[in-house]
Amino acid sequence: MVPAPFDVLAKRQDTEDTWTLELQPRSGEPFEFAPGQFTMLSAGGAGEVPMSISGDPDEPQRLVHTVHSLGLATQAVCEAEPGQVLSVRGPFGRPWPLEAIEGADVVIAAGGLGLPPVRPAILRMLAHRERYGRLVLLYSARSPEQVLFPDELTAWSERGLEVLVTVDSAGPEWRGHVGVVTRLIRPAKLETGILVAMSCGPEVMMRFVLAALADDGVRSDRMYVSMERNMQCGIGLCGHCQLGPKLLCRDGPVCRWSEIAPWLSVREL
Amino acid sequence: MRMIDELIAATPTFAGLEPAHLELLAGCGRNEHVAAGELLMREGEAADRFFLIRRGLVALEVDAPGRGAMQIQTLHEGEVVGWSWLFAPFRWAVDGRAVESCGLIAFDGACLRGKCEDDHELGYQLMRRFAAVVIDRLQGTRLQLLDLYGRAPASA
Repeated sequence: MVPAPFDVLAKRQDTEDTWTLELQPRSGEPFEFAPGQFTMLSAGGAGEVPMSISGDPDEPQRLVHTVHSLGLATQAVCEAEPGQVLSVRGPFGRPWPLEAIEGADVVIAAGGLGLPPVRPAILRMLAHRERYGRLVLLYSARSPEQVLFPDELTAWSERGLEVLVTVDSAGPEWRGHVGVVTRLIRPAKLETGILVAMSCGPEVMMRFVLAALADDGVRSDRMYVSMERNMQCGIGLCGHCQLGPKLLCRDGPVCRWSEIAPWLSVREL
Repeated sequence: MRMIDELIAATPTFAGLEPAHLELLAGCGRNEHVAAGELLMREGEAADRFFLIRRGLVALEVDAPGRGAMQIQTLHEGEVVGWSWLFAPFRWAVDGRAVESCGLIAFDGACLRGKCEDDHELGYQLMRRFAAVVIDRLQGTRLQLLDLYGRAPASA
C-alpha cells in the first residue's frame, strides 16, 4: 500500500513526552476506520511506526493519533508542527468487537499509553450508550501528571462511563487511588457473569488484570486485548509481528484473550 | 443498623470465620469516624490497632525528605488497614491517612494478640487471612516496582 500524505492540523502536548496530533488527508476523502485499528505513520525519512488511532470514529474527516516520543520515528512525528505533512498507510487490523458485545456490561482496563487505543471504542460506545449495560473504565498511570485526557475522563463520566483511575505513586495532593490497576476491580463492584473485558497496556499489566478478572469468574472468551508487536507491512505479508499462528497486524491487534493467552506463556516467542 | 460482627463477616478478609471467632473479633472492635487528612497511624509508633474500612479511602504514605508524604497505596471500602499489630516488633512501618472522610471499625490489636495466644485456632485463622492480605499487597507492589508505564527502551 502506498503512503498517503496527511496535513498536520493541530498538535497538543498531553504529558512531558506524549503529544496528540490531528491530521487531515490531503485527498479530502474521509478516513474511515473502526475502533482499535492502527495506521503506519511516518515523518520524513525517520521510518514508519505502527500507531493506534485515538480519534473519534464518527469524525472520519480527522485522523487523530496520540504518540509517545520514544525513538527516532515517534520523535519525528511528535516534532511535526501544524502545516507539516506526515505519511499514513492504513487503517489496518482487527478492531474491538463493539457490535458483538452489545447488551453486555463492559469493563475497559487500560494502562499508561493503553488509553489512546481504547479511546475510539469509548467514544463509539458512549455515542450509542443505550446499547450497552454498565461501562466501566479502570485506568492506571505512572503518576497524576501522566494521566492522559483528564478533562475527557470527567466528560466521559458525565456521559455514563464509570471512571476509576489509579496511579503507581502520588504526592499528598492526589485524592484518588494509588496502586496497581487490579486493585480497582473490587471497588468497581463488577457483575462478572455478564461482563466483557477489553484491555490495552503493557503486556504484564494485561496478563495480571485479566487473570484477576478470570479469578472473579469472567470467561476468557469474553476478554479482549490489543496486542503490540513489531508491525511493519500492516497486511500480514512480512511476518515481523508473528505470535504463534497469528500475524498481529492482520489477525490483531485486537485478539480474544482465549486465543492469544497460550502463546504469551511461550517465553521464546 | 448492622452489628459489628455482621459487618466483619461481610468483608472478603473475614468471610467464613466461625461465629465464635467473629464474636471475639467484634468484641475487640468499635466504630470510628475520621476526617479527611487525619492520621490513623504514624510510622515508628506502636502498632496496637488495625482498621476495617466501612466507607472511604485510606492512603499508606512514606514521608520523603524534600518530597513530602508520598502515597504508595490506597485502601478502600472492605479492606483492612494495618498488619503490624500481628507481627513483632509491633511498630507501624508506614503512615496511614484518611484521603476522605472515613467510617472505620478500629480493632484493639493488643487485646486480639492475647486472644490468639489463648486460642490458637483463632490465631491460625487470623494469620492465614492477614497473610493473604500481605500477599495481595506484595503482588501489587511487585508490579509497581516494574514501573510498567515508565520510559521503555527506545524502539520506534
